[in-house]
Amino acid sequence: MRREEVLKDIRERFKEDILDIIDKSPKRVYIEIKPDSIREVAKYIFKDLGARFNIASGVDAREHMEILYHFTFEDINLLISFRVKLEKSKLEIDSLASVFEGANWIEREIHELLGINFKGHPDLRKLLLPDNWPKGVYPLRRDYKEWDKKAIRDRGV
Amino acid sequence: MAKTIIPIGPYHPLQEEPEFFTLTVDGERVVDIDVRIGYNHRGIEKLSEMKTFDQSTFVIERICGICSTSHPFAYTRAVEDIIGVEVPERAKYIRTIIAEGERIHSHLLWLGLAGHFLGYNTVYMWAWKLREEILDVMEILSGNRNNYAMFKPGGVRRDIKSGDIPGVIKKIDSIVPTLTMLKKAVIDDPVLHARTKGIGVLSKEDAINYSALGPTSRASGVARDVRKDSPYGVYDKVEWDMIVTQNGDVFDKAVVRILEAFESIKIMKYCLLKLPKGEIDLNIKNIPPGEGIGHIEAPRGEVFHYVRSDGTNRPVRHKVRAPTFMNLPTYKATVVGETISDATIILAAIDPCYCCTERMAVRNIKGKKLYNGEDLIKLSQEKTEKVRRGLK
Repeated sequence: MRREEVLKDIRERFKEDILDIIDKSPKRVYIEIKPDSIREVAKYIFKDLGARFNIASGVDAREHMEILYHFTFEDINLLISFRVKLEKSKLEIDSLASVFEGANWIEREIHELLGINFKGHPDLRKLLLPDNWPKGVYPLRRDYKEWDKKAIRDRGV
Repeated sequence: MAKTIIPIGPYHPLQEEPEFFTLTVDGERVVDIDVRIGYNHRGIEKLSEMKTFDQSTFVIERICGICSTSHPFAYTRAVEDIIGVEVPERAKYIRTIIAEGERIHSHLLWLGLAGHFLGYNTVYMWAWKLREEILDVMEILSGNRNNYAMFKPGGVRRDIKSGDIPGVIKKIDSIVPTLTMLKKAVIDDPVLHARTKGIGVLSKEDAINYSALGPTSRASGVARDVRKDSPYGVYDKVEWDMIVTQNGDVFDKAVVRILEAFESIKIMKYCLLKLPKGEIDLNIKNIPPGEGIGHIEAPRGEVFHYVRSDGTNRPVRHKVRAPTFMNLPTYKATVVGETISDATIILAAIDPCYCCTERMAVRNIKGKKLYNGEDLIKLSQEKTEKVRRGLK
């Protein structure tokens, strides 16, 4: 499939789920979708269209939390990033780990660094932070104020 | 359960990505494996948000000492993607030269270590001696044996002097005969065949499912290489082959790396000979608000950087994904069912920063600890010796 066909296919199939499409450059497209539809969209992109899952990046955009799921279509040199915006009051999204194994670790990472819950993830243990890291402290959030050395010492980390 | 494990073996915080593996074994067979990473998590993503775009290049360079070019390469491309510019032609050539030199030395480093794990210390010595030559080349070109500091958003920091080029080409040519000998020694060796063929097989389906990258995926028949799929630098101008093998075992992973080193030499030489004249830097002053993605093929697979800018001189978010992050989880598919003595080489075959094996402990099903990292390397070497005697 060519680039236009892939984009048209996605646009038509997920008409209800897509909120916004930014066709940034020939190699990069950003598509914003509803958080509830990520599982279905990712499954179609990965299994049926054969795209490779690059990684997901979680961003604390102050007023909301964003996750970008990057997928590469290797044969047509296109990188599509699916963006979901999560309300800070409800940081929850479906896990993709059961769709493909590649999402397993990154979801654990986003879970501990940004505090987003991945529903249905098989194993949400700590990946990078020590086991005794305090609950409810998320280092990649904007409101993280743990630079104070004393605070870190007092916490015993 | 994880809390009762004491990491045995030397602890080298200087080496990147220390990992702690727990193998659960039933007799000789591995029945379960778990990994704990994060011992050396330096929070570089957060750190990068506190630096300016130019300073970040240096921080990013220090993510890994072995692939110290890959991260700045991906990062600068991400920043250039925000602005929507392409660097000057000469800068593209210089970037490609540095990136390929790094690939050669990284693959040789791995080959040496793999030889050591298998009890082939001659391979280890030869490979690392060859690596020295490449490091010398890098020193001539960039002034540093490692952490070359050549990259900046918009171009490169340092030009290659035309007077240096003949000497560099001569040096690169001089390693080809030894590398050819090494290739034959590895590919034709019956002991190595017995020891690595059919061991730790990563099937094509698993490689896709885990989104494995680089040589790890190419050895499993997944033809995936950012240099071909999404050409950057001058990879679309040079004639070179993507090395793909089908079996997915340790042997194929070694073959892919050795043959790739030859391709890298080819690319490097082409670039040095065809180096065009011109500017090396765009002198970027302002980075507009927006987001950009840069991904390039590092020796171990694709390095992926996502950068978001809000128009100030600092990135508001910088996501870094190293290839080992995707390759390491494949241990679940490759190690379970194999013997303990093969576990070291299987885990080393994805080319993680190798210290993982020194941080390994083996427990039997009842939870008793049996071996530490050094014992495992010894076990692996003894097995090779046994195979060798059997073949005579």
